Amino acid sequence: MADAGAARTSAAGAGGAEGGAHAGGYDPMAAKMGMWLFLFTEVLLFGALFIVYGVYLHGFTWQFRQGSARLSIPVGAVNTAILLTSSLTMALAIAALRRARQVRALRLLFATVGCAGAFLAIKAFEWAGKFTHGVYPGAGFLLEQTKGEIIFFGLYFTMTGLHALHVLVGIPLILWGASRARTGAVNPERCVFLENAGLYWHLVDLVWIYLFPLFYLIS
Amino acid sequence: MDVAAGAAAPDYLRAGRGLASWLTTTDHKRIGILYLVAILVFFLFAVCLGLMIRLELFSPGEQFVGNQGYNRILTLHGITMIFLFIIPSVPAVFGNFFLPIQIGANDVSFPRLNLASWYFYIGGGLFALGSVILGGVDTGWTFYIPYSSDTADNVYLPILAAFILGWSSILTGLNFIVTVHRLRVASMPWFRMPLFVWALYATSWIQILATPVVGITLLLILLERLLGIGIFDPAKGGDPVLYQHLFWIYSHPAVYIMVLPAMGVVSEIVPVFCRKTIFGYNFIAISSLAIAGIGSLVWGHHMFTSGMADLERIVFSLLTFLVAIPSGVKVFNWLATMYKGSIRLGTPFLYALAFIFLFSVGGFTGLLQGALSTDIHIHDTSFIVAHFHYTMFGGGGVMFLGALHYWFPKMFGRMYHEGAALVAFTLFFVGFNCLYFPLFLAGLAGMPRRYADYLPEYLVYHRTSTVGSWIMVAGIALMIANLLRAFFKGRKAEQNPWGGATLEWTVPSPPPAHQFASPPVVTRGPYEYGREHASG
Repeated sequence: MADAGAARTSAAGAGGAEGGAHAGGYDPMAAKMGMWLFLFTEVLLFGALFIVYGVYLHGFTWQFRQGSARLSIPVGAVNTAILLTSSLTMALAIAALRRARQVRALRLLFATVGCAGAFLAIKAFEWAGKFTHGVYPGAGFLLEQTKGEIIFFGLYFTMTGLHALHVLVGIPLILWGASRARTGAVNPERCVFLENAGLYWHLVDLVWIYLFPLFYLIS
Repeated sequence: MDVAAGAAAPDYLRAGRGLASWLTTTDHKRIGILYLVAILVFFLFAVCLGLMIRLELFSPGEQFVGNQGYNRILTLHGITMIFLFIIPSVPAVFGNFFLPIQIGANDVSFPRLNLASWYFYIGGGLFALGSVILGGVDTGWTFYIPYSSDTADNVYLPILAAFILGWSSILTGLNFIVTVHRLRVASMPWFRMPLFVWALYATSWIQILATPVVGITLLLILLERLLGIGIFDPAKGGDPVLYQHLFWIYSHPAVYIMVLPAMGVVSEIVPVFCRKTIFGYNFIAISSLAIAGIGSLVWGHHMFTSGMADLERIVFSLLTFLVAIPSGVKVFNWLATMYKGSIRLGTPFLYALAFIFLFSVGGFTGLLQGALSTDIHIHDTSFIVAHFHYTMFGGGGVMFLGALHYWFPKMFGRMYHEGAALVAFTLFFVGFNCLYFPLFLAGLAGMPRRYADYLPEYLVYHRTSTVGSWIMVAGIALMIANLLRAFFKGRKAEQNPWGGATLEWTVPSPPPAHQFASPPVVTRGPYEYGREHASG
């Protein structure tokens, strides 16, 4: 069979053509591949929570709708708009940097960070409002509600909390990218660092795009 | 790359001096050695815990650790063996060391990330050991709800340990996948890669795709304990069985993380010691991927008695039978490789044979559990304990030791005493069967697993088993002593002591820090012996 494998050389030549890069050298393809694999793990991290959500939505459909009614759609919608805007500014920043427009890229990156900060601030006010109304895990008020609502808010705080944590990690990451863009370590020829930060940021955005309807729009 | 690298360059062991040069290294070979040392320490620690379990079971009644102490030792034995030994063993040590060499590269794609994953590993290990200092945990390594949500023991540390170790495992897998894609020499197409690389490649995908699920599940336990979010608490509408689903979605694929790299090692050793091209290269390569794929869909068979719809149980049972097929493909291919081969019974080959035997016993007894009716009878008995020790220890563990004997001369440039290695192997193999086989019989007779005590009827099984544990540990002790002696004063090993045809045997033993001054040109398959001058 190995003979067959040897005979296959030309057919599989495309696979071999990938090779030839040097260990430790600058290989943007490898860096991007690594980032995509990391994003797979992120998708599965959230994916498990989405499965849990699906299971309980199936079991407690009506109570989930009641729980959802306690969330403010305008607040969620504003946050969605903010995150979508931040994804746009991130993409524009990378496009600007690729065309060597450094100042413009930096401004767009700071806009992205500003959006991230605004998102977190709104989220904090939203959570604080829930806390004052006794809607948080273990609160006496919440424990008097239906089981479905307890689970709904258990998942709400877990999933939006994990998402907010990712936004929080994104801020220093983008700032780091901005500082490297300023010093020229990230430049039109070597911009994979910023591209990867962008990939991460788009994933954070994408997760929210699923969280928003699943929690806010099912009432 | 350094053009002068070659005979004159110092080998990787002597390329830097002092502890600091080791702790800050990004050389994949040195990182492999760092893993080897750490993993061996944790392995021997867990072996001692296993010995204590067997000593407690020497006679009926309470011996010396008590019920609660027994639960804690059992848990720590499981956590250490699973998360700190078997999961990282072959990939982190031999994968790190040999995967780049076997594909003609000088390092992995992300050397610093590689070192970081070792620090994650050590951090996770310290968390696990820290839980011992704080009194231990009694939940079992599976952290089943409600044990883990309600126990008074400090369950935070071991759960964080498992979480951190999971990330270590993910980063290693990520590194390997990118390395195989990006750093393989141009003259090595996919179907000329050594089968060890194929096995690691498949394993890495499971590590990446399955580990995050258990990571988040463990975090949910922490949130349950800290905040009472209720997701697994029936009083708040949660479902404890959902925990089992999430846990096994990872942890069943994880058993293939443990055994696939071991199968890769067998696929390396068998053709080398039979002087024969591997039979069915393509089938072995693809079966690794098939095991990774189907193995991700069989988790429900851990829960046949936990409460599940009949249709679900039938589907999971069917998938469980299916996953035995690619495993069987490998076994038949190894045996067919031996047929009419020119067999040399070297120590590594004996370990490969032991793997095939022990893993087959473990595999066949697994089918008894995959069948719904028999599973009801043997579920939660010591039959299960025997089964997974035959597959995990007889599979992953044995081939870790086999790989150590196979690649030792390459890694350290010295040869161990083959006679002593043979005696150690014999003691190990006899002790292994004496230790675990009686547990099959005890389980069929109704002996429950995880119990610190038993009825006098089971005395003969338990006593045989405990005696077996002494024989096996004697074998392990002799093996370690033999390898340590070889490391310090073994005779010098030549470059290619076994006559292998894969790339690691074309570099000096031990390899220089940069093993390839220029990318090697691969002109033939990895197992084409006697065709050294033929060009592909």
